Amino acid sequence: MNQIELNNITKRYPGCIANQAVELKVGVGEIHALLGENGAGKSTLMKIIYGVVKPDEGIMRWQGEEISVKGPAHARELGIGMVFQHFSLFETLTVAENIALSLPKAESASMDLLKKRIIEVSEHYGMKLDPNRYVHSLSIGEQQRVEIVRCLLQDVKLLILDEPTSVLTPQEVETLFKTLRLLSDEGCSILFISHKLDEVRALCDHATILKAGQVSGHCIPKETTTAELARLMVGDDTPLTEDYKKAKGAETFLSIVDLSHQSNDPFACTLKNISLEVKAGEILGIAGVAGNGQEELLNLISGEDTSAKETVFFAKKAVGNLTPEKRRILGLGFVPEERLGRGAVPDMSLQDNGLLTAYQGDLTKNGIINTSKVKAYAQNIIEKFNVKAAGIHAQAKSLSGGNLQKYIIGREILQNPKLLVCSHPTWGVDIGAAILIRHELIKLRDEGCAVLVVSEDIDELYSISDRICAICDGELSPAKPTQDVSINQLGMWMAGDFHAVNTDANSAPSNSTPTNHSPESEGAIK
Amino acid sequence: MFNITLEKRPSDSKTMSYLSPLFAVILTLISGGLLFSALGQDPFHALYTFFIAPLTDVYGWTELGVKVAPLTLCAIGLMLCFKARIWNIGAEGQFILGGLGGGYIALELLDAEGLWVLPVVLFCGALSGLLWGALTALLKTRFGANEILTTIMLNYIALNWLLYGVHGPLKDPDGFNFPESALFSDFATLPALSDDYRLNISIFFALFAVAVVWALMSKTLLGFQIAVLGEDKAAARFAGFKEERLIWFVLLACGALAGLAGVSEVTGSVGQLNPYISPGYGYAAIIVVFLGRMHPVGIVFASMLLALTYMGGEMAQMDLALPKSLTGLFQGMLLFYLLACDLLISYRIVRKPAARAIGSSSNSAQA
Repeated sequence: MNQIELNNITKRYPGCIANQAVELKVGVGEIHALLGENGAGKSTLMKIIYGVVKPDEGIMRWQGEEISVKGPAHARELGIGMVFQHFSLFETLTVAENIALSLPKAESASMDLLKKRIIEVSEHYGMKLDPNRYVHSLSIGEQQRVEIVRCLLQDVKLLILDEPTSVLTPQEVETLFKTLRLLSDEGCSILFISHKLDEVRALCDHATILKAGQVSGHCIPKETTTAELARLMVGDDTPLTEDYKKAKGAETFLSIVDLSHQSNDPFACTLKNISLEVKAGEILGIAGVAGNGQEELLNLISGEDTSAKETVFFAKKAVGNLTPEKRRILGLGFVPEERLGRGAVPDMSLQDNGLLTAYQGDLTKNGIINTSKVKAYAQNIIEKFNVKAAGIHAQAKSLSGGNLQKYIIGREILQNPKLLVCSHPTWGVDIGAAILIRHELIKLRDEGCAVLVVSEDIDELYSISDRICAICDGELSPAKPTQDVSINQLGMWMAGDFHAVNTDANSAPSNSTPTNHSPESEGAIK
Repeated sequence: MFNITLEKRPSDSKTMSYLSPLFAVILTLISGGLLFSALGQDPFHALYTFFIAPLTDVYGWTELGVKVAPLTLCAIGLMLCFKARIWNIGAEGQFILGGLGGGYIALELLDAEGLWVLPVVLFCGALSGLLWGALTALLKTRFGANEILTTIMLNYIALNWLLYGVHGPLKDPDGFNFPESALFSDFATLPALSDDYRLNISIFFALFAVAVVWALMSKTLLGFQIAVLGEDKAAARFAGFKEERLIWFVLLACGALAGLAGVSEVTGSVGQLNPYISPGYGYAAIIVVFLGRMHPVGIVFASMLLALTYMGGEMAQMDLALPKSLTGLFQGMLLFYLLACDLLISYRIVRKPAARAIGSSSNSAQA
């Protein structure tokens, strides 16, 4: 008997079909992967199982019986637990208080008993948690544990994890996998959503692959190569491998000297003695788990936040106290993490969004907008960067994540920056767009631009960075040539151990194709 | 078997954003008709009296222009603020201060002669409104004070300044103790377009302001920055636009325009200072901006409609013996229905079969 079975599930949204006749079976104790690119319909399917979204058609069977899940509370009653990609925790409450909020009243009546159970359960599954700590003081990995323990306390029979590893260091991923294997041995089914193929191959018994809302294949990941999995995910027409030569760079363009900064926001990360250099013609990658100071550092580079003058330099000119538009005049281009609501104005047209940062060139004269030039500029971005949009009058919010990102990056690149700072350049972007974006970054580097990339995607950083470093708790590790840094060492850096030596130099990726944590991986897709 | 529900549209409906004011006007007329019949009036005759009778002669149209001018000036200034999502409710206070400041100078220059008098008076009026707006900008940018609260409070302060002025130092010594100032000299009075009517050149000020603001918003980088700031603060900061300067600009511009409206009113159709120089133009202008879809042309038409409610109220008082406060009632209904109809811009009404099991609906879909 299957723990859960979906037949012919279809969900339509105005203008698109999120799921079409999807079939899915997960056995008892099975770890089942649900693979697919962003926008393939994974999240919708999960929401249907968890009762957040009602399907338009189709039948769902739970332990053999046809049911209709009325909502998340009903799903939890049935024994379905879900860990979302974005945690729903209150930062100002303790671990125990957060967990108590989601439990039925009877179970959360005694705080002492609950704390005991939290300690028991978390130790049993190898995920130590102190129930008295406040959530804001926990690392992202620990916050994820709170979410998982919350599910485990409720006698969970099916645990759904939505891209759980995207926020973890490689070492934390290993710990999580141990926990999940233990759970599966005890008979809990696990539905593991991911697009990281190596992880799926390391962990999962079966995989269902979604493409454009439909099931495009089933397989047993351990018996399938990464390349075959990737093919099933993206179809036949997208090139998969990229191999970029590493560059040395020339003169230093961006340098940051001993920058310490404390923000007014109590939950923001304090930066401590950060120093770094980016040369013209090289890409420096900064790895790190979100919330370790990346955002604060980038704001200080972009000028949205300012520091003492002599801390940030563009080509030896001190710019620490300058505003964003003055730094742009000096050659800064910036691609922020938030595409809608910072990088682009959601309700404005692509035309206006082109003007947003390009206003200092010849698009305006004496404060008057040259509309025909703005139109031509927007059209140029769309054509050169292969942006799929209804036209220059399309609202930014109507574009898919990948297309909007191509547009934003194109807008910055066409201003011929001397320094391009990219935050999570391919986050939530489909593979085709991701490849194009990386290709453009390399091209820009080869034209002599200094490029700084902050990303959580380690494979990507290995693929494009010439030098790499990691940020943890507001401190920056030393930067070294990418080929000299093993995945283990980077993981240690990401966890804050900056003195970690390269224990095994041979384990460093020998070329730009990352090997990640499964040594037998054949040709990654990144 | 059918449930009526609201469903979010995939993207906002442009058609509906233009139809919504029309629906609001129709619903206001229907409700107004019902109200009149409840008051024992023939609804059609009453609505005719309110909305049509005032415009049956040239005099009516010129009177409409007298009211359109201050409404448009205030509204076009407010539009700038609202575009930047600065919720300035203070056009009323800025209007009054403009009248008071300009009027004070006009009284000081009672004996002055020459063509320079009127421009000086107008300039001082606009400057007074601008300074009143500057107070709000200072409180907002320096102390983070919410502009809705400060502007409303400043409105009452402005009104009390005016009352103090006309009951005290600015009272006409030969005015039999009425709370009014002396009549301004001819050199400090706006020229009328014709000797027979009250309509004066302030209507050109309004139309000129509309053209300038329209060009500002559609052609200049400054206007673009204001729009971006209103749509998306994070993007404005990211692009390097100076938020504080933009806030100062829109509040000062609105203050000056409302101040100009105020001084034009006292040097135009009123001719002196008295406690009633504004019949709530600054507040009605808020309705004008939203009814006019935050577009300069829309604002001109919406000003005409709102101006008509003032005239209709007076007409209803004269012909039907109904209270003049009908004006406020109709303005309120307009805003109420407009906000309600605006829901249909992002949502649509759909009829759905009553909730049924998933299985059966899939059968019907396959059938």
